[in-house]
Amino acid sequence: MNAAPPPAPRKLRLATVSLAGCFGCHMSFLDIDERLFALIERVEFDRSPLTDLKAVGRCDIGLVEGGLCNAENVQVLREFRAHCKTLVAVGACAINGGLPAQRNHLRIDELLRAVYQQRDGLAAGAQVPDDPELPLPLNRVHPIHEVVHIDYSLPGCPPSADAFWQFLTDLMAGRTPQLGHGLMHYD
Amino acid sequence: MTPAAPLFLLDGHPVPFKPGETLIEAATRAGRHIPHLCWHPGFAPHGSCRLCMVAIGERQLAACSTAAEAGLEVRLHGEALAAQRRTLLQLLFVEGNHFCPSCERSGACKLQAEACEAGVEGPHFEQLYPDRPVDASHPDVLLDLNRCILCGLCVRASAQHDGKAVFALGGRGLGTQLVVGSASGRLGDTDLAASDLAARICPVGAILPKRRGFAVPIGQRRYDAAPISALPETDDGMPPP
Repeated sequence: MNAAPPPAPRKLRLATVSLAGCFGCHMSFLDIDERLFALIERVEFDRSPLTDLKAVGRCDIGLVEGGLCNAENVQVLREFRAHCKTLVAVGACAINGGLPAQRNHLRIDELLRAVYQQRDGLAAGAQVPDDPELPLPLNRVHPIHEVVHIDYSLPGCPPSADAFWQFLTDLMAGRTPQLGHGLMHYD
Repeated sequence: MTPAAPLFLLDGHPVPFKPGETLIEAATRAGRHIPHLCWHPGFAPHGSCRLCMVAIGERQLAACSTAAEAGLEVRLHGEALAAQRRTLLQLLFVEGNHFCPSCERSGACKLQAEACEAGVEGPHFEQLYPDRPVDASHPDVLLDLNRCILCGLCVRASAQHDGKAVFALGGRGLGTQLVVGSASGRLGDTDLAASDLAARICPVGAILPKRRGFAVPIGQRRYDAAPISALPETDDGMPPP
């Protein structure tokens, strides 16, 4: 009697999202190029711009690009934390707020008025948009570790494709990711 | 026959020193990097950044302000000291507005280089995002206090090397700030010249020469080539104009 072959190891589920970011980290992730084929042998994509799934399911790894600039960012981040065993802050904006956080020393109400009501060339009676579908902006932009627990950070603006690959291969092998000189940078 | 120089041990490696030298002076001369931000070989120690803390027996001391003694067993590495160093660096990052991607000094910044070497991947603490001014009043030098780490090197360079009094540290505690020695408080109203050491010694991107931002491409900047511990100590931050 032939024994059944051992089942193939379950693929890891990976979700990615861009909050208050520019998608540059996602572009850099795609820059791993043909290594995506090796990655797809090991992981299945859950919610991600690559799959266009709108809700995050139970995942092993969640990669979060961008900081928190509005209420929807906070909600999505909390859903990621609740669904991902390992949550990773990817890139400068997720880690310290990055470029969006450079508005933090300005008052949000003055900023919105300056942009939507006081600029030259606006239509008469222009108002700050307040459609209920628009997520409310936060007073300040926050890095994600200020709202949920983060397991790892992958620094860079963006992290290079090699940094993504090193980080993910370490993580998939069950090792603590080590970037080292050349892959570890803040810009 | 001249007697052999006295030695102390740095993580077990013998380091020769001259009488009166500090631990960091002797270690630097011997090509061994002790992390630091506020120390500079040309000036008396400031002892403020605490990055150079080493352990001798049960005590922790700043290597920049501790005299070398024959037979001392000095520990620089080790998990506890490394964790402490990472925490100090993280505190420096959250205390100011250090946005490396938009800083002209990125890649040649000592704060960034020490943090990368120490394995600082994120800030850990809550960001303060302080509201600090940028002073662009000087024709040749930019002062961006968002990036100042209060190391006091520009203060010492101006007073002790340039013979001027362009900079000082004012205030206390979290309110400490770099102040400019002119009646208006503006850099443009001082006698600072771009060739002054005070204008070039900044280890971060707080004091920068104008019109030279991002002149060195990514990949060729000082710390792109090698980690800070593998490079010789520089005697100033920026080359003279």
